[in-house]
Amino acid sequence: MDIQLKRGLLDICVLAAIKDGDSYGYKIIKDMKPYVEMSESTLYTILKRLETAKMLTVRSSEHDGRLRKYYHITELGLRRIEEFKAEWREVMLIYQFVSKEEEDND
Amino acid sequence: MTKNEFMAELRSKLSGVPEKDAEDRLGFYSEIIDDRMEEGISEEEAVRGIGSIDEIAAGITAEISQARNKDQKRESKRKLKTWEIVLLAAGSPVWVPLAIAAVAVTFSLYAVLWALVISLWAVFVAFTATAGGSIVIFVVQVIYGNALAGVAILGAGLILAGSSIFLFFGCKNSTKGTAVLAKKIALGIKRIFVKKEAAK
Repeated sequence: MDIQLKRGLLDICVLAAIKDGDSYGYKIIKDMKPYVEMSESTLYTILKRLETAKMLTVRSSEHDGRLRKYYHITELGLRRIEEFKAEWREVMLIYQFVSKEEEDND
Repeated sequence: MTKNEFMAELRSKLSGVPEKDAEDRLGFYSEIIDDRMEEGISEEEAVRGIGSIDEIAAGITAEISQARNKDQKRESKRKLKTWEIVLLAAGSPVWVPLAIAAVAVTFSLYAVLWALVISLWAVFVAFTATAGGSIVIFVVQVIYGNALAGVAILGAGLILAGSSIFLFFGCKNSTKGTAVLAKKIALGIKRIFVKKEAAK
Protein backbone atom coordinates (compact mmCIF):
# COMPACT_ATOMS: atom_id res chain seq x y z
CA MET A 1 0.00 0.00 0.00
CA ASP A 2 1.09 3.56 -0.60
CA ILE A 3 3.16 4.65 2.42
CA GLN A 4 1.49 8.03 2.80
CA LEU A 5 -1.96 6.45 2.60
CA LYS A 6 -1.10 3.73 5.09
CA ARG A 7 0.39 6.24 7.49
CA GLY A 8 -2.78 8.29 7.38
CA LEU A 9 -4.93 5.20 7.89
CA LEU A 10 -2.91 4.04 10.89
CA ASP A 11 -3.29 7.48 12.47
CA ILE A 12 -7.05 7.12 12.20
CA CYS A 13 -6.90 3.56 13.60
CA VAL A 14 -5.06 4.77 16.70
CA LEU A 15 -7.55 7.62 17.15
CA ALA A 16 -10.39 5.13 16.84
CA ALA A 17 -8.75 2.88 19.43
CA ILE A 18 -8.96 5.64 22.06
CA LYS A 19 -12.24 7.11 20.87
CA ASP A 20 -14.47 5.34 23.40
CA GLY A 21 -12.21 5.81 26.37
CA ASP A 22 -8.62 6.47 27.40
CA SER A 23 -6.24 3.68 26.55
CA TYR A 24 -2.56 2.77 26.89
CA GLY A 25 0.09 1.51 24.49
CA TYR A 26 -0.26 -2.22 24.91
CA LYS A 27 -4.05 -2.13 24.90
CA ILE A 28 -4.12 -0.04 21.72
CA ILE A 29 -1.97 -2.62 19.92
CA LYS A 30 -4.07 -5.47 21.26
CA ASP A 31 -7.38 -3.83 20.30
CA MET A 32 -6.15 -3.18 16.79
CA LYS A 33 -4.59 -6.60 16.25
CA PRO A 34 -7.64 -8.33 14.72
CA TYR A 35 -7.78 -5.55 12.11
CA VAL A 36 -4.28 -4.28 11.63
CA GLU A 37 -0.87 -5.37 12.95
CA MET A 38 1.29 -2.59 14.29
CA SER A 39 4.72 -2.69 15.85
CA GLU A 40 5.43 -0.85 19.10
CA SER A 41 7.86 1.46 17.34
CA THR A 42 5.25 2.42 14.78
CA LEU A 43 2.71 3.08 17.50
CA TYR A 44 5.16 5.28 19.37
CA THR A 45 5.76 7.42 16.31
CA ILE A 46 2.05 7.75 15.61
CA LEU A 47 1.21 8.65 19.20
CA LYS A 48 3.91 11.34 19.16
CA ARG A 49 2.61 12.69 15.88
CA LEU A 50 -0.98 12.79 17.10
CA GLU A 51 0.11 14.45 20.33
CA THR A 52 1.99 17.13 18.40
CA ALA A 53 -1.10 17.62 16.21
CA LYS A 54 -3.14 18.10 19.44
CA MET A 55 -5.43 15.23 18.49
CA LEU A 56 -4.71 13.47 21.75
CA THR A 57 -3.36 14.28 25.21
CA VAL A 58 -1.18 12.12 27.44
CA ARG A 59 -1.36 11.66 31.17
CA SER A 60 0.66 9.37 33.41
CA SER A 61 -1.26 7.36 35.95
CA GLU A 62 -0.10 4.88 38.54
CA HIS A 63 -0.94 1.30 37.88
CA ASP A 64 0.24 -1.55 40.07
CA GLY A 65 3.10 0.43 41.51
CA ARG A 66 4.38 1.67 38.14
CA LEU A 67 3.51 4.49 35.82
CA ARG A 68 1.42 3.94 32.75
CA LYS A 69 0.72 6.50 30.07
CA TYR A 70 -2.90 6.96 29.11
CA TYR A 71 -3.91 8.58 25.86
CA HIS A 72 -7.03 10.71 25.68
CA ILE A 73 -8.63 11.81 22.42
CA THR A 74 -9.32 15.52 22.00
CA GLU A 75 -12.11 17.32 20.20
CA LEU A 76 -9.73 17.75 17.26
CA GLY A 77 -9.08 14.01 17.19
CA LEU A 78 -12.78 13.19 17.17
CA ARG A 79 -13.29 15.64 14.37
CA ARG A 80 -10.48 13.97 12.39
CA ILE A 81 -12.31 10.63 12.61
CA GLU A 82 -15.50 12.22 11.31
CA GLU A 83 -13.56 13.85 8.49
CA PHE A 84 -12.04 10.51 7.62
CA LYS A 85 -15.45 8.88 7.41
CA ALA A 86 -16.67 11.57 5.06
CA GLU A 87 -13.51 11.31 2.97
CA TRP A 88 -13.84 7.57 2.80
CA ARG A 89 -17.30 7.72 1.33
CA GLU A 90 -15.73 9.63 -1.54
CA VAL A 91 -12.92 7.07 -1.83
CA MET A 92 -15.49 4.26 -1.98
CA LEU A 93 -17.27 5.99 -4.83
CA ILE A 94 -13.99 6.30 -6.70
CA TYR A 95 -13.30 2.64 -5.98
CA GLN A 96 -16.65 1.68 -7.44
CA PHE A 97 -15.91 3.70 -10.53
CA VAL A 98 -12.45 2.17 -10.95
CA SER A 99 -13.77 -1.38 -10.47
CA LYS A 100 -16.57 -0.75 -12.93
CA GLU A 101 -14.00 0.28 -15.55
CA GLU A 102 -12.20 -3.02 -14.99
CA GLU A 103 -15.38 -5.00 -15.43
CA ASP A 104 -16.11 -3.19 -18.65
CA ASN A 105 -12.68 -4.07 -19.93
CA ASP A 106 -13.10 -7.77 -19.10
CA MET B 1 16.66 -12.02 27.59
CA THR B 2 15.21 -10.32 30.64
CA LYS B 3 13.53 -6.97 30.55
CA ASN B 4 16.43 -5.31 32.34
CA GLU B 5 18.92 -6.71 29.85
CA PHE B 6 16.74 -5.53 26.98
CA MET B 7 16.45 -2.03 28.42
CA ALA B 8 20.17 -1.78 29.13
CA GLU B 9 21.11 -2.89 25.63
CA LEU B 10 18.61 -0.59 23.95
CA ARG B 11 19.82 2.31 26.10
CA SER B 12 23.41 1.71 25.04
CA LYS B 13 22.39 1.59 21.38
CA LEU B 14 20.57 4.90 21.73
CA SER B 15 23.67 6.76 22.90
CA GLY B 16 23.45 9.17 19.94
CA VAL B 17 19.84 10.05 20.68
CA PRO B 18 19.01 13.09 22.85
CA GLU B 19 18.66 12.04 26.49
CA LYS B 20 15.03 13.11 26.93
CA ASP B 21 13.94 11.43 23.71
CA ALA B 22 15.72 8.18 24.58
CA GLU B 23 14.20 8.10 28.08
CA ASP B 24 10.74 8.66 26.67
CA ARG B 25 11.11 5.78 24.23
CA LEU B 26 12.64 3.44 26.81
CA GLY B 27 9.72 4.20 29.12
CA PHE B 28 7.30 3.36 26.33
CA TYR B 29 8.87 -0.07 25.67
CA SER B 30 9.23 -0.77 29.38
CA GLU B 31 5.53 -0.11 29.90
CA ILE B 32 4.51 -2.43 27.10
CA ILE B 33 6.75 -5.26 28.35
CA ASP B 34 5.28 -4.82 31.84
CA ASP B 35 1.75 -4.87 30.43
CA ARG B 36 2.51 -8.03 28.52
CA MET B 37 3.88 -9.75 31.56
CA GLU B 38 0.85 -8.66 33.54
CA GLU B 39 -1.29 -10.57 31.06
CA GLY B 40 0.60 -13.73 31.95
CA ILE B 41 3.12 -13.76 29.14
CA SER B 42 6.57 -14.83 30.32
CA GLU B 43 9.27 -12.17 30.62
CA GLU B 44 11.35 -13.86 27.94
CA GLU B 45 8.48 -13.88 25.47
CA ALA B 46 7.28 -10.39 26.35
CA VAL B 47 10.73 -9.05 25.50
CA ARG B 48 11.02 -11.14 22.33
CA GLY B 49 7.66 -9.83 21.11
CA ILE B 50 9.02 -6.29 20.94
CA GLY B 51 11.43 -7.30 18.18
CA SER B 52 15.14 -7.07 17.62
CA ILE B 53 16.94 -4.32 19.48
CA ASP B 54 19.10 -3.50 16.48
CA GLU B 55 16.08 -2.91 14.31
CA ILE B 56 14.37 -0.77 16.92
CA ALA B 57 17.51 1.28 17.53
CA ALA B 58 18.09 1.71 13.80
CA GLY B 59 14.49 2.87 13.34
CA ILE B 60 14.74 5.38 16.17
CA THR B 61 18.09 6.74 14.99
CA ALA B 62 16.75 7.10 11.45
CA GLU B 63 13.70 8.95 12.72
CA ILE B 64 15.73 11.29 14.89
CA SER B 65 18.22 12.08 12.14
CA GLN B 66 15.31 12.73 9.80
CA ALA B 67 13.86 15.23 12.23
CA ARG B 68 17.31 16.76 12.68
CA ASN B 69 17.79 17.05 8.92
CA LYS B 70 14.55 18.96 8.70
CA ASP B 71 15.78 21.37 11.36
CA GLN B 72 19.13 21.73 9.60
CA LYS B 73 17.43 22.45 6.32
CA ARG B 74 15.49 25.18 8.00
CA GLU B 75 18.71 26.53 9.48
CA SER B 76 20.66 26.39 6.23
CA LYS B 77 17.84 28.33 4.62
CA ARG B 78 18.33 31.02 7.18
CA LYS B 79 22.09 30.98 6.63
CA LEU B 80 21.60 31.26 2.90
CA LYS B 81 19.54 34.35 3.50
CA THR B 82 22.31 36.09 5.44
CA TRP B 83 24.67 35.06 2.65
CA GLU B 84 22.29 36.56 0.17
CA ILE B 85 22.26 39.80 2.07
CA VAL B 86 26.07 39.91 1.99
CA LEU B 87 26.06 39.17 -1.72
CA LEU B 88 23.41 41.79 -2.36
CA ALA B 89 25.43 44.38 -0.48
CA ALA B 90 28.68 43.43 -2.22
CA GLY B 91 27.06 43.41 -5.64
CA SER B 92 25.15 46.64 -5.14
CA PRO B 93 27.47 48.73 -7.42
CA VAL B 94 26.43 46.42 -10.24
CA TRP B 95 22.78 45.73 -9.62
CA VAL B 96 21.66 49.09 -8.26
CA PRO B 97 22.40 50.99 -11.52
CA LEU B 98 20.93 48.08 -13.46
CA ALA B 99 17.78 48.20 -11.38
CA ILE B 100 17.55 51.98 -11.80
CA ALA B 101 17.97 51.52 -15.58
CA ALA B 102 15.25 48.87 -15.62
CA VAL B 103 12.90 51.15 -13.70
CA ALA B 104 13.76 54.04 -16.04
CA VAL B 105 13.11 51.92 -19.13
CA THR B 106 9.78 50.75 -17.76
CA PHE B 107 8.85 54.30 -16.82
CA SER B 108 9.75 55.66 -20.26
CA LEU B 109 7.75 52.87 -21.89
CA TYR B 110 4.73 53.98 -19.88
CA ALA B 111 5.46 57.62 -20.70
CA VAL B 112 5.59 56.88 -24.44
CA LEU B 113 2.36 54.90 -24.31
CA TRP B 114 0.50 57.64 -22.49
CA ALA B 115 2.08 60.36 -24.64
CA LEU B 116 0.54 58.66 -27.68
CA VAL B 117 -2.84 58.68 -26.02
CA ILE B 118 -2.46 62.32 -24.94
CA SER B 119 -1.47 63.41 -28.46
CA LEU B 120 -4.55 61.66 -29.85
CA TRP B 121 -6.73 63.58 -27.41
CA ALA B 122 -4.86 66.77 -28.34
CA VAL B 123 -5.76 66.23 -32.00
CA PHE B 124 -9.37 65.65 -30.97
CA VAL B 125 -9.45 68.89 -28.95
CA ALA B 126 -7.81 70.79 -31.84
CA PHE B 127 -10.39 69.46 -34.31
CA THR B 128 -13.35 70.41 -32.14
CA ALA B 129 -11.91 73.84 -31.33
CA THR B 130 -11.22 74.55 -35.00
CA ALA B 131 -14.76 73.41 -35.90
CA GLY B 132 -16.13 75.86 -33.32
CA GLY B 133 -13.80 78.58 -34.62
CA SER B 134 -14.94 78.05 -38.19
CA ILE B 135 -18.50 79.01 -37.22
CA VAL B 136 -17.24 82.28 -35.76
CA ILE B 137 -15.16 82.98 -38.89
CA PHE B 138 -18.18 82.11 -41.08
CA VAL B 139 -20.31 84.70 -39.25
CA VAL B 140 -17.54 87.30 -39.45
CA GLN B 141 -16.96 86.66 -43.17
CA VAL B 142 -20.70 86.94 -43.92
CA ILE B 143 -20.88 90.25 -42.05
CA TYR B 144 -17.97 91.60 -44.10
CA GLY B 145 -19.63 90.40 -47.32
CA ASN B 146 -17.27 87.51 -48.02
CA ALA B 147 -20.04 84.88 -47.86
CA LEU B 148 -18.29 82.49 -50.30
CA ALA B 149 -15.10 82.27 -48.29
CA GLY B 150 -17.17 81.99 -45.10
CA VAL B 151 -19.14 79.01 -46.47
CA ALA B 152 -15.87 77.33 -47.54
CA ILE B 153 -14.43 77.71 -44.04
CA LEU B 154 -17.69 76.53 -42.48
CA GLY B 155 -17.55 73.46 -44.74
CA ALA B 156 -14.01 72.71 -43.65
CA GLY B 157 -15.15 73.19 -40.05
CA LEU B 158 -18.01 70.72 -40.49
CA ILE B 159 -15.61 68.11 -41.90
CA LEU B 160 -13.41 68.60 -38.85
CA ALA B 161 -16.43 68.33 -36.53
CA GLY B 162 -17.50 65.10 -38.25
CA SER B 163 -14.07 63.52 -38.05
CA SER B 164 -13.71 64.65 -34.43
CA ILE B 165 -16.71 62.46 -33.57
CA PHE B 166 -14.88 59.46 -35.00
CA LEU B 167 -11.72 60.60 -33.31
CA PHE B 168 -13.51 60.75 -29.96
CA PHE B 169 -14.30 57.02 -30.07
CA GLY B 170 -10.78 56.28 -31.29
CA CYS B 171 -9.34 58.23 -28.35
CA LYS B 172 -11.66 56.57 -25.87
CA ASN B 173 -10.81 53.08 -27.04
CA SER B 174 -7.09 53.71 -27.25
CA THR B 175 -7.15 55.06 -23.67
CA LYS B 176 -8.92 51.93 -22.54
CA GLY B 177 -6.53 49.72 -24.51
CA THR B 178 -3.48 51.49 -23.10
CA ALA B 179 -4.81 51.12 -19.56
CA VAL B 180 -5.29 47.38 -20.10
CA LEU B 181 -1.85 47.08 -21.69
CA ALA B 182 -0.23 48.99 -18.83
CA LYS B 183 -1.90 46.68 -16.37
CA LYS B 184 -0.72 43.61 -18.28
CA ILE B 185 2.85 44.85 -18.38
CA ALA B 186 2.74 45.55 -14.64
CA LEU B 187 1.38 42.05 -14.02
CA GLY B 188 4.04 40.54 -16.27
CA ILE B 189 6.81 42.31 -14.40
CA LYS B 190 5.30 41.25 -11.10
CA ARG B 191 5.07 37.65 -12.27
CA ILE B 192 8.77 37.58 -13.18
CA PHE B 193 9.67 38.55 -9.63
CA VAL B 194 7.11 36.35 -7.92
CA LYS B 195 8.24 33.35 -9.94
CA LYS B 196 11.83 34.01 -9.00
CA GLU B 197 10.84 34.15 -5.35
CA ALA B 198 9.00 30.85 -5.61
CA ALA B 199 11.91 29.20 -7.41
CA LYS B 200 14.22 30.06 -4.54
